[in-house]
Amino acid sequence: MKILRLFLIIFFILPVNSLKADNETLKSKITKNLRCLVCQGQSIYDSDSEFANSLKIVVDNKINEGLSEKQIYSYFQSKYGDWILYNPSFNKNTYFLWLLPLLIFFVGGAIIFIKFIKKQK
Amino acid sequence: MKNKFLPFSIFIIFIIIFIILYKGLQETNIYIPESKSNYEVPSSMVKLFDTNQSVNTIEIFQSDKLYFLNIWSSWCVPCREEHPFLMELKKNKQLKVVGMNYKDTKKNAKNFLEELGNPYDKIIFDNKGTNAIEWGAYGVPESFLINKNKIIKKYIGPLNQQSIEEIKSYIK
Repeated sequence: MKILRLFLIIFFILPVNSLKADNETLKSKITKNLRCLVCQGQSIYDSDSEFANSLKIVVDNKINEGLSEKQIYSYFQSKYGDWILYNPSFNKNTYFLWLLPLLIFFVGGAIIFIKFIKKQK
Repeated sequence: MKNKFLPFSIFIIFIIIFIILYKGLQETNIYIPESKSNYEVPSSMVKLFDTNQSVNTIEIFQSDKLYFLNIWSSWCVPCREEHPFLMELKKNKQLKVVGMNYKDTKKNAKNFLEELGNPYDKIIFDNKGTNAIEWGAYGVPESFLINKNKIIKKYIGPLNQQSIEEIKSYIK
């Protein structure tokens, strides 16, 4: 009987704990990708400013409301613009930012390739 | 020819980098969120300061009037500076001034209003600072001019004579 009781307690407590742990990991993942606007150079996760603390509460509330990670990002984006995200989405304002490394890579590759061919000749 | 071209191009690249960095030194690196205008008042449940009653923001900012929402706090020094301007705005009967008390205690907020006067028709109590985030605010003081349920102008930082004149021009 005792064993059964113990088993039932563990059975009911364990999923609740893992659910909470999941939310915590999601919360820290999201707050690490949000920029603190009053203490630049820090993420919301790192910062202890008034603004960052309020934002952490909002992230918590949104997770509890059942919003997905993407929905939470777009919520903050609608309030504060792209700058709040460390990983900005691909749109007309950011395509230069995303494509520039690729462009440099291809141009550099082309230069090396041409030099290589010229040397072989 | 090749030997001359290389140092020259390196020199040019250094000059370009120098100009970019030098320009960057002069620019402020404090980011201010884009101030969008003409967007709807965010709908969220808020608590009123006096009665602790929960209401929707849409109910506070009725569609046909001109409103001025001011986010303030008793611990905020610039809020003290702008307070006389808010008292001046209160005199206008066509405009309703609404306050949002940000991350404050009721006792300190009441003392602040007793000392400097109460310009607010209604006060929203935002002790966690989460309501201010709904409005896209990131500090105190910050203010919003609202007409027909739309935010038409946003003021970041303390108000001054120039902003008061601008607000008055909207009333006329």
